[in-house]
Amino acid sequence: MEWKRLPLCFALFAGLAFGTTTHGEATDIAISCGAVGQELELCRTGAEAWAKTTGNTVKVVSSPNSATERLALYQQLLAGGASDIDVFQLDVVWPGILASHFIDLKPYSKGQEAEHFKSIIDNNTVDGKLIAMPLFTDAGVLYYRKDLLDKHGIKVPETWEDMTKAAETVQKAERDAGNSSLWGFVFQGRAYEGLTVNALEWIDSFGGGTIVDAEGAITVNNPKAQAALALTQQWVKRIAPEGVLNYAEEEARGVFQSGNAVFMRNWPYAWALANGQDSPVRGKVGVTALPRGGDGGKHSGVLGGWNLAVSRYSKHQKEAADLAMFLTGREEQKRRAVIASYNPTMPTLYEDAEVLKANPFFKTLYSTFTNAVARPSRVTGQNYNRVSYAFWGAVHEVLSGQSEASPALARLESELKRMSRRGW
Amino acid sequence: MGLTSMASASADPGRARVRTAWMFLAPTLIALAVVAGWPLARTIWFSFTDARLDDLTRYGFVGLDNYLAFDDGEWFGVLAEPDWWNAVSVTLWFTVVSVSLEVVFGLAVALALNVRFPLRGVVRAAILVPWAIPTVVSAKMWAWMLNDQFGVINYVLMGFGVITTPVAWTASADTALWAVLIVDVWKSTPFMALLFLAALQMLPQDCYEAAKVDGVGPVRALIHITLPLLRPAIITAVIFRALDALRIFDLIYVLTSNARSTMSMSIYARQQLVDFQDVGYGSAASTLLFLIIAMITISVIALGRLDFDKGATR
Repeated sequence: MEWKRLPLCFALFAGLAFGTTTHGEATDIAISCGAVGQELELCRTGAEAWAKTTGNTVKVVSSPNSATERLALYQQLLAGGASDIDVFQLDVVWPGILASHFIDLKPYSKGQEAEHFKSIIDNNTVDGKLIAMPLFTDAGVLYYRKDLLDKHGIKVPETWEDMTKAAETVQKAERDAGNSSLWGFVFQGRAYEGLTVNALEWIDSFGGGTIVDAEGAITVNNPKAQAALALTQQWVKRIAPEGVLNYAEEEARGVFQSGNAVFMRNWPYAWALANGQDSPVRGKVGVTALPRGGDGGKHSGVLGGWNLAVSRYSKHQKEAADLAMFLTGREEQKRRAVIASYNPTMPTLYEDAEVLKANPFFKTLYSTFTNAVARPSRVTGQNYNRVSYAFWGAVHEVLSGQSEASPALARLESELKRMSRRGW
Repeated sequence: MGLTSMASASADPGRARVRTAWMFLAPTLIALAVVAGWPLARTIWFSFTDARLDDLTRYGFVGLDNYLAFDDGEWFGVLAEPDWWNAVSVTLWFTVVSVSLEVVFGLAVALALNVRFPLRGVVRAAILVPWAIPTVVSAKMWAWMLNDQFGVINYVLMGFGVITTPVAWTASADTALWAVLIVDVWKSTPFMALLFLAALQMLPQDCYEAAKVDGVGPVRALIHITLPLLRPAIITAVIFRALDALRIFDLIYVLTSNARSTMSMSIYARQQLVDFQDVGYGSAASTLLFLIIAMITISVIALGRLDFDKGATR
């Protein structure tokens, strides 16, 4: 008896499925957003605003926090030509690796790209095609506990050596006073892309170059880079918890925001969260440029940032491009900056009163954001990931004490030479 | 129709049985060829090419270059990579240690569960919980428990005074592999225990009765009766677990990411394939992994003199 009804069930079910997929004119767009800090929430509200005005629907797909893992996921999806995700959020170093999978956005941008920083637009242009629109930019900054520095009469550090000393002093004094879980400094020490960023900032601040220079020559094995890594090797266990060797952005923020660190290297997004209603360090946090490396060094900061690109395999390229343009547009960038401290990619927004009120440091650190040092992704092209892996691997060995700075850099140099034996 | 087939069957019953056997096996063989044979053949083929992940349709044949090549006075290829050999030694160390520990703990648990006591059914079910949790979930769960600042493990150990400062389990190169090992043992011991328990319940009781009459103690009975009788089950379990351990990926990937010191062979192959988009090179690593697993499995079977047919008829 029951089985006789089966065909009917199938028919009903098929009708239902068919009905939902073809009903109406509206299309369903899937966007993959990051989930670091408040990214996912901002992406959702932004996309929903677009959906409401256009009558389409949007599905927000969250992806791994680690940039390295996110790239792996994207590569698997894109290599298979999957149309599941229409709009992808791309790291600033990926256009060279992934360009072939995305459409040229120029026909959809209507000149909007002229409003953004030229350097980012150049970065996102591969073989004359604009493959991604800038969503937000980034550069590393140093967070510090204003209250703790004031309490111990220490000035905001100018150099890494100053910071090391300050961190040690405050950590010792506070621990003696019973605050046993306090650490001096947290950063991104996990073996992933974030460590490449951190270590490049150290080396660049000492004037040690950018691993591979603009002409493709391997420059990483030099005395200044050795000095930088030799200094940072002393941090782990002394002013930084050993666990920092497995920290990405959010793990570092977890320690700092719960009040357990004096200094933190992170991206600007941590500002809004550190000053959020529920933050134990609300109102006690300052932001400054990353310290210089010694007296001859300079303030550095590695260029980060994310972009939106439309998949070549998308079945709704027009709508997807429209969503990308909306989310990277002026209003959305301003909203993201005010609510969650994501750096806009439009110079004019750095003079906007509301943006500056929410993020006073945007003005003082403007030159850090606009002169941030780029990772060698352009010159190394398809090989960038290999270079970055070799680099963070060498740095991780130094930080964890398995190797000293100069032999590690010498090995790295020969490894990179092997890699580039037929050019990058 | 029915008559003729019956007639031929009675004429040559052996051949008909063989034919029937092949007929029943055919779907399995076809399915195996499609889901296992084809990808394996494709991977082996790719290992002789310079294919890249962004466009798998364009590639050139490079011979054995991905395995080993001599160029400008230097060796290249997977077999010349220190990272690969590091991955091999990490994986072998992990396999030997984890499987040995799991056999010992699994046996202990199985022997305990073989004794009659109240609520035995509940305990038997409960002990399977770690095995039932997906590896990625248990890896993430343990990652939190092992966290250096907020993890419960450090909290407990410090509470008991075992350690004075929190240990960064998954961060330090010295402890990261041990952390992976602990999680794997925690997860896989129940599986071993289950296999051993099933075997224990099949053991003939008359041996034990005879031993008791002869005044043999429980320890000697364990060594001289239980273990020899359990040997086929133990070897089967070891092969099962060793195959898993040699392929280990998710646990290490979640707990320690891409750190060199904990990289297994699978993680190495995945990195070449996905992170570096080098399908040719990554396929060569995968093929080597396959060969190593095959060799180890064959030698374990040979060394254990495991006769599957004999086991089946017994």
